[in-house]
Formats: sequence, C-alpha cells, structure tokens
Amino acid sequence: MAELLFDRTVYVGVMVLLAIGLYGMLAKRNLVKKLVGMVIFQTAIYLFFIQGAAQMGATVPVIEEELGTAADTYVNPLPHLLILTALVVGVGVLGVALSFLLRIYRRHGTFDEDEIAAQLAAEPIEGHRVDDHGADHGADHDAADPEEPRS
Amino acid sequence: MTALPLLLLAVLFITAAIAGIVGPWRQQAAFAVALAGAGGAFALAVAGLVVVLTDGTIIHELGGWPPPIGIEYVLDPLASYMTLVITGIGLITLIFPTRAGFDATPPRRMPLYPLVLLLLAGLLGVVMAGDLFNLFVFLEIYAIATYALIGLGGARATFAAFRYLIFGTLGSMLYLLGVGFLYLTTGSLNMTDVAAQLTGIADSPTVAAAFALIVIGLALKMALFPLHVWLPEAHSFAPPAVAALLAAVQVKAAAYALVRILLSVAPPELLDGAVTATSAVGWFGAAGIVFGSVMAILQRDFKRMLAYSTVAQLGFIGLGIGLANEQGLTGALLHVLNHAVMKSALFLVAGSILAQTGIREIPRFAGLARRMPLTMFAAALAAASMVGVPPTAGFWSKFYLLWGSVEAGNWAFVVIIMASTLLTAGYFVRVFQQVMTFDPAEEAVANAVEPAPQYLAPVAVLGAGVVVIGLGNFAIVSGVLEPVTAALLPL
Repeated sequence: MAELLFDRTVYVGVMVLLAIGLYGMLAKRNLVKKLVGMVIFQTAIYLFFIQGAAQMGATVPVIEEELGTAADTYVNPLPHLLILTALVVGVGVLGVALSFLLRIYRRHGTFDEDEIAAQLAAEPIEGHRVDDHGADHGADHDAADPEEPRS
Repeated sequence: MTALPLLLLAVLFITAAIAGIVGPWRQQAAFAVALAGAGGAFALAVAGLVVVLTDGTIIHELGGWPPPIGIEYVLDPLASYMTLVITGIGLITLIFPTRAGFDATPPRRMPLYPLVLLLLAGLLGVVMAGDLFNLFVFLEIYAIATYALIGLGGARATFAAFRYLIFGTLGSMLYLLGVGFLYLTTGSLNMTDVAAQLTGIADSPTVAAAFALIVIGLALKMALFPLHVWLPEAHSFAPPAVAALLAAVQVKAAAYALVRILLSVAPPELLDGAVTATSAVGWFGAAGIVFGSVMAILQRDFKRMLAYSTVAQLGFIGLGIGLANEQGLTGALLHVLNHAVMKSALFLVAGSILAQTGIREIPRFAGLARRMPLTMFAAALAAASMVGVPPTAGFWSKFYLLWGSVEAGNWAFVVIIMASTLLTAGYFVRVFQQVMTFDPAEEAVANAVEPAPQYLAPVAVLGAGVVVIGLGNFAIVSGVLEPVTAALLPL
C-alpha cells in the first residue's frame, strides 16, 4: 500500500511539474521564463519515464548467477536509455534556444516579448535587394561590403 | 539491398558534416557538397521507390537485432513516396541562391548547407523510422535544424524562430509523453509490435490518453489549425529558399507521422466511436482551410500570405486523414506532393521578387509581369494549381478529397472544399491583378529584370512540375498511392 502511494506521489509530482512548465511556456511574457518553463516541462517527462522503470527491490540489469534470469529481479534499463537520448536532444534544443536569446538580447536589450514585438513592429520591413553578382551561392564577397562587426 | 534506408540517412549525415567543415573555408565547396548529398539521396530515393514497388517493403534491422528488441527502419510504399518528395524538393531548393531575398543584409558566412542537409536527414529519418522513439529523435533532429535555419533570416526571424522553438519542443514533448504512456502499457516501442499488443487493451483510458497526446503533439508540429500559431511568423521571415523547403516538406513530415500512427499503430476500435481521433483531425483541418484562406486574403505581405495559405493547405491534408477512406487518403497524400511543388515554387518566386526589387507588399507588385514574365508565368501556374484549375496538379488532390467526402457522406466537407476554391482564388486574384493588369508604378519594378538562371531554373522546374504531375496524375495514383492506401486501410 505504501508502495502504491509512493508511486502515485511521483506521478502527481510529474503532473504538477508539467502544469508549471506549460504555464511558464504559454503565460509568461519573458522569453527566459518561457525557456525555463520548457525545461521544466521536459524534465517532468524525463521523470515520468524514469518512474515508469522503477521497481522496488530490483537490482541493476546485469545478470548475476545467484539471482538467475527472472525479469522482476532487474530494473528495466530501456527507459533510462531512452531518457539519456532525450536528454542529449534536449541539451541540443536548449543550446539553440540560448543562442537565440543571446542574439535577441543583443539586438533589443530586453527579454520582454511584447516590447520586442513592439520594437520589431516599429521597424519598416525592407527587402534586401541583391545586385546581379552578389547572389551567387553564398559566395563570400570578402573584399566588398565591409559588414558591420559581429557583436 | 536492405541497407538502403540506412544508406539514405548516412549520405545526408556525412555530407552535412563535410559541408559544415568546408563551409567556413569556401561556401562554393559547401554548395557542391550539399548538391552531391541531396543529389545522392534523391538517386537513392528513386531507386528505393522502384525496388519497393517491384519487390515489396525493405526492412533494415539495425545491427542485425530483429524487432521488437532491435530498432528497424522501414521503407514501405508510403515511406519511399515521402523520401522521393523530400529529397526532390530539397535538391531543387538547394539550387536557388541562398543569399537572395533576406530582410536584412545576409550574414557573410552562414551554415546554411549543413543545416539543410541535416534537415533533410531528420525528415527522412521520421519517414523511415519503424520505432516510436526513433521517430521522436528524428523529429527533434529536423526541428533543431529548422530553428537554426529560420534564425538565419535576421532579427524578426530570430524572434519568430525562438517562439517556434518553444511550440515545437512542446509538440515533440507531448508526443514523447504519449509514447511513454504507450510504452508503459505495451512494453514495446516498435510500431508493428505496439499495434499488435494494443488489440486486446484498446479500450483502456491510458491508450486513449496516449493517442490524444500523440495527436496533439504532432498536430502542433504539423501546424494544424488551431495549433498553427507559430507558422505564419516563422515562414514569412525565414529566407525564401528556407521557407520554400519548410512549407514544402518540413511540415509534411509531422503529417506523415500522423497518418502512420493513426492508421497503422492505433487500434481500429479507437477509431470506431462517434468522435474519433481521425475525425477530430479532419474537422480541425476543415476549420483550418477556412481560417487560413480568410487570413491569407487579409495579408498585405506576399510571403505572409503564402504562409497563411500553407495553414489552409495543411488543412486539406488533415481533412483527408480525417476521412480515412481510400479516396480521402489518396487526396491527402497526393496533396503532400502537390502542395510541396506549388508552394515551394511560390516561395522561390517571392524570393526572386525580393532579390530583384526588394518589395514584399502585394499592392506594390503592380506591373511585375511586364518585367519578369517567365518568373510570373511559373507563379501563375503554381497559383492555378493551388486554386485547382483542371489540368494542374492541385485539381486532382481536391478531386480525390471531394470524392472521398461524398463517399463518406460528409456534405460539410464537400461545401468547405468547394468554398475553399473560391477563397484560394480570392487571394491569388489580388496578387495577379496587380502583377498582370497594371503598368509598373514603382521605380524598383520598372527597373527590374528577369532574374539570373540560378533563380529561374528551380522556379521553372517546379512550375513545369505542377503541370507534369497534373497530367501524370493517374500514373502516380495507380502506381504509387494505391499500394499505399491498400496497406494503410483495413478492408
């Protein structure tokens, strides 16, 4: 009974984390807080998988002679592996997101979604017209246009 | 021959790495590598389709471990059809100059080619994955490449890409949670095995919740109305060549995953009731057609109009999935190809216009047809196809969807498809009225000339493709799509 309650507590905790993450992603106007919400949401799902693999009284999934090969004496390793992969993917997404935030902050000086939108709306949308030679396949015109220094 | 699915992925991943290494040295070299990679993948995809249609499905068991323990890559008729569409459009859009049509001055060096190859590899992985978790990993691979590609387009694009990143990750995470539910219920991740395990326990609320999460997650990635909020911004501020690729094939990968999971993994019992997952997708698709078309009519910005039109056209695919009968599914899958060809053509035309004149707003397009006749002719062909004028490709997908709706007795869908033709005509007539009937008003237009061959060639190929696919429609349907629908739909 206590075990059952323990199980449920973790799942309830996962659901609470999911809700917090969703709130952060959708309701917060600050881009960093949105990202934090996203990470909380991801973490909740990782915990959900790990909890699914939990097994009381079982050991690491390396077959030992005295325990035999009965499946319930070993923890299921697959969810851990899945989450390891998902973590790597999540770090990749986080890296891209942080680099966007860096660029947004350098350009706008704020993380507030409404303010950035207002700043962008105030700028005219002008297309970039290319001359006839500049449009080759990503050609580096090193000598030509001295571009603004990369900040 | 069983290594073909892996070979397709390996070619793209390896060339992506090489393009990433040589890119900082010479962009031309990266371009050559990218062409070789996409061309090689395209050749393999053609070979794959031929082999699959003559000899049957190719299954690659990774490392020789048989499923359900091992991971498998499946190249069946549907998957090989999708690989052909993805690599074909990828190859054509790569030819279009990458620096054209940016809102801002494009960065001097950008990692566009490796990212495009990574995007194509991720999309092919989604299409060929025979395993629910691998599908998630590939969803994220192509998503990361997409975020970075959109972010290349300047300040607006970076902001749009960040918002898309939040929504996209939410979508994949909901999908992953659904897969978690399924895994804890069935103890398997292999699609065929999960389908087999589910037959006895289809009624359980866990399974229903799992499919609800998966459908919502994938609908978010596919931008099915009302989860399309990220798409108009992201697609209208991405560089044109990127936007063409995204609208043409990137959103279709999630649509494909939806077809695959709803029709071959989900148990039929789950699809029997009054309100089912498929019918919900169909109704949201229908709503998306109306909403997207009306929003497209209201736009001033050409690329933004095209982006809203994508929302509408994705609605057709959702509607076809929702019908879940032979004609409806044929229409939806045909529309995947047709929309890929015509929407990428239109985005590349938008890129050509931007590069030649710097103009985005439709009211300023007056007289473009006098100055850029060939580009505008291709655009007119693609637009005619989008409206559904008979000999072009777009007519046939609407025809099959209409037939499917009549077959299903769903008269609301019939009305919506008919009305959508008028709405689609509405937003393209606005454009072509400016382009064709007026004299050049602005100096930028009056001085514009037909763009260079590297702009014109992809647009011309896609414009001609619209007509060729329209005329060759019966060959595609009877040769490729009939085996596909037969495999997906229970008799």
